[in-house]
Amino acid sequence: MTTVLFTSALQRFLPAPSTQVEGETVGAALAVVFATRPALRGYVLDDQGALRRHVAVYVNGQPVNDRVWLTDPVGPHDEIYVFQALSGG
Amino acid sequence: MSNRLHIGTRKGLFELARSNGVWEIVDVSFLGDPVSAVLADAGGSVWAALDLGHFGAKLWRRDGAGDWREMAVPVFPPKPDDASEDPHPWSLGKIWVIEPGGVPGRLWAGTMPGGFFRSDDRGESWSLNEALWHMPERRQWFGVAGGEQPGINSVLIDPRSPSDIRVGVSCAGLWASTDAGASWKIINQGMYNEYMPPERREDPIVQDIHLLSRCAAHPEIVWCQHHNGVFRSENAGANWYELAAIRPSKFGFAVAAHPSDPDTAWFVPAIKDERRIPVDGEVVVARTRDAGRSFEVLRQGLPHRHAYDLVYRHALAVDETGERLAFGSTTGGLWISEDGGDSWTMPEARLPPIAVVRFAPV
Repeated sequence: MTTVLFTSALQRFLPAPSTQVEGETVGAALAVVFATRPALRGYVLDDQGALRRHVAVYVNGQPVNDRVWLTDPVGPHDEIYVFQALSGG
Repeated sequence: MSNRLHIGTRKGLFELARSNGVWEIVDVSFLGDPVSAVLADAGGSVWAALDLGHFGAKLWRRDGAGDWREMAVPVFPPKPDDASEDPHPWSLGKIWVIEPGGVPGRLWAGTMPGGFFRSDDRGESWSLNEALWHMPERRQWFGVAGGEQPGINSVLIDPRSPSDIRVGVSCAGLWASTDAGASWKIINQGMYNEYMPPERREDPIVQDIHLLSRCAAHPEIVWCQHHNGVFRSENAGANWYELAAIRPSKFGFAVAAHPSDPDTAWFVPAIKDERRIPVDGEVVVARTRDAGRSFEVLRQGLPHRHAYDLVYRHALAVDETGERLAFGSTTGGLWISEDGGDSWTMPEARLPPIAVVRFAPV
């Protein structure tokens, strides 16, 4: 099972607990999470399904290559970390 | 008169109430989050659109004394392959304005990047107005200062006929539908945009409408604060003439039409357009009571020197009597008038930068 972790910054707005899911790509794994928590999807992805401009997704500590189609592969022991690039004042 | 004000700021939503002649903050919501649009109805419901820097545009509603509840936001459909030439994203940037639709349950939302959305269930769900979005001319719309995307900033629903809709766009002129949004045409004639190349200056589609405001009792009267001047229409936005008497300057963002007097409107002028500060560092309101032939400069109770407040397009409001007004600034100034703008008082508050000011209707 792949682990999906969400930044605590999201917890201000809605529940986003860490989850164990099946999925062969970042997109597939996130889709499983969003299937049970549909409100979370719009916080992470834009209307076309790409990562929001100021949201970052790392797999095992490395940024994903494909922010549009989310095709980066993930395995059963991988950890997907969803967080925000802090900016502004 | 309305005794309740909603102030959307860069750092939250502030609710003020008037009690014993004094306006005080009575509630704070979404503290720390940018608020991009607010709507309150006479039934005690409030809608607040957030523009979260990281997590996108959101919409919440509170009914009466209940808790805030998150609504669905407008969502654009999948971008088809043949739309690859579209210069604008098919993804919600922010909700810029929410207006009641004149039919129970109906709301309209104007957004960046220019999508116009309808809800028939008080904001629980939204659908894109496909007719306007798919017009080939929409691809000529261009972005506005402070945003890279075009945006619908004004929504005018004819109080006599909710199927008669006009939207003002930065930057794309004024679009009208008389069939509840099934078809659209651009109608604004008589404006000019002096920053465009000479051969395009009078083209309706390049007009930089900062805001439209309509006289509720005389819907054919519409006022416009345009990027390079103020204009008035006496036929619901089809033909415009410039009000050259505006003082102390013709640039600004906000305009408020008197709800019943067709000859009265208020503006908050500033130095255009690279500086965007008040003339001589003095915050003033310009009021006409003779259809724009002359303007009074109102300054009683407003800062006279070293004030650098800019007032954004949705940050000037008038209540349904035309006597009570409020406006807020980019430096968090908030002023309220109880006498049609003759004099102003400042509530005891130092607020974050203000994007939107709205009275709750009685």
